[in-house]
Amino acid sequence: MKEALSLVQRLSAHPDSRCWFVSWSPSGTLLASCGGDKAIRIWGREGDSWICKSVLEDGHQRTVRKVAWSPCGNYLASASFDATTCIWKKKNDDFESLTVLEGHENEVKCVAWAPSGNLLATCSRDKSVWVWEVDEEDEYECVTVVNSHTQDVKHVVWHPNQELLASASYDNNICIYREEDDDWECRATLQGHTSTVWSLSFDATGQRLASCSDDRTVKIWKEYPSEAGQGDLSWKCVCTLSGYHGRTVYDVAWCRLTGALATASGDDAVRVFKEDESSDPDQPVFSLAAQVTKAHSQDVNCVAWNPKEAGLLASCCDNGEIAIWRFQEED
Amino acid sequence: LVSSGGLKMSGGTRLENANPVIFQRSGERLLTASEEDEDVHDPIDDREIFDILSINDPEHPLSLEELNVVEQVRVKVNDAESTVGVEFTPTIPHCSMATLIGLSIKVKLLRSLPDRFKIDVHITPGTHASEEAVNKQLADKERVAAALENSSLLEVVNQCLSTRNI
Repeated sequence: MKEALSLVQRLSAHPDSRCWFVSWSPSGTLLASCGGDKAIRIWGREGDSWICKSVLEDGHQRTVRKVAWSPCGNYLASASFDATTCIWKKKNDDFESLTVLEGHENEVKCVAWAPSGNLLATCSRDKSVWVWEVDEEDEYECVTVVNSHTQDVKHVVWHPNQELLASASYDNNICIYREEDDDWECRATLQGHTSTVWSLSFDATGQRLASCSDDRTVKIWKEYPSEAGQGDLSWKCVCTLSGYHGRTVYDVAWCRLTGALATASGDDAVRVFKEDESSDPDQPVFSLAAQVTKAHSQDVNCVAWNPKEAGLLASCCDNGEIAIWRFQEED
Repeated sequence: LVSSGGLKMSGGTRLENANPVIFQRSGERLLTASEEDEDVHDPIDDREIFDILSINDPEHPLSLEELNVVEQVRVKVNDAESTVGVEFTPTIPHCSMATLIGLSIKVKLLRSLPDRFKIDVHITPGTHASEEAVNKQLADKERVAAALENSSLLEVVNQCLSTRNI
């Protein structure tokens, strides 16, 4: 049976501005969005539609580039061009600013919470990746600054069940870090993209990583037992999706429930790829299952699968809009 | 050195190219009968984009057209596909203003064209020492967005874009 993406709702989320990023809460009941208007908005479902539940302003002086929920769903972290990361604590239906993490020299491009909730990673145009430790008193302490990239670091993402961190950069590379003797070190550098790597997403098991780039491709990387031994990790590119995207691929999201892979592109389209189940795990085949070529009227910046409701996908755009889609078999 | 949002720009007091070759400005656009007909839809064309790019050179009291930095033949518009591509030629291969000129061209087009347009601004191949690096910076919309949040840089861009009194 054929699958398709159908529109559930469009939301004017950050009017007269860009919507840069959207993120579902771990329970899938709330969606956080952020943008060029320096604001964060929290969306929730009421009846059949999604409405704005709260607006978090005054946290940042400049664009809010990304937002991330803690695994417990009680905290929200926001990364901004103002060089800071804000931590917000959920209080009933509202959020209050808890603390501001400073240290990066310039724009913070991404923030991500480790699955344990005890670690937070941030990255910046200052080329560094910072790992922060969170204690029970809500105190944040930077434990490591890693400088493995030679350029702007665009994205950081944690492995779904291990303390393993991956970063993507303007230097066209991906780095994978693990803690070694109280220090976070780059254990693998994944080379293959020919331009900026914009985003990364692990699959449900964490054995594979999808990356997307300004080179208009998506690559799938797979972990292999280390050849050299001695703690270095071995990741190999097992699949490249090229020819589908007309411009930069800004985001890639791997659904933890269905295994479907969604992409956001500067060609205004949202696409969903599915893996051919009979294909060789060392040479997987992904094919285009559905696409909406004019999903938005401008660049699509982000795609996010709802973590609890299979097939529910959110995307956002340069025109400040969010769209919510349902990926399902056609009637 | 102004490094803002990842766009590297230097501004000095000394002119890097004190005696540039000056080119004649192209004449006024000739209007055709169908263009004057209000009922006919005119697609946006190369000449129209070229006319939008009457930008001042940050170093000279001259327009980019007079310095041959922008030429109509290096402007490619596809109205149906909503794409605009502009190649600009720095006056000298080590011109430190290349990123600023490229950014000004990009900003002018972003402000002038409908949102549906995809705008690509590149250096004319083979005309600048850091061609690839400048092109990559100009294509990175995150860096461009961050740069334009810097008020002092925005002021410099706006100066380049301000209408010149002849």
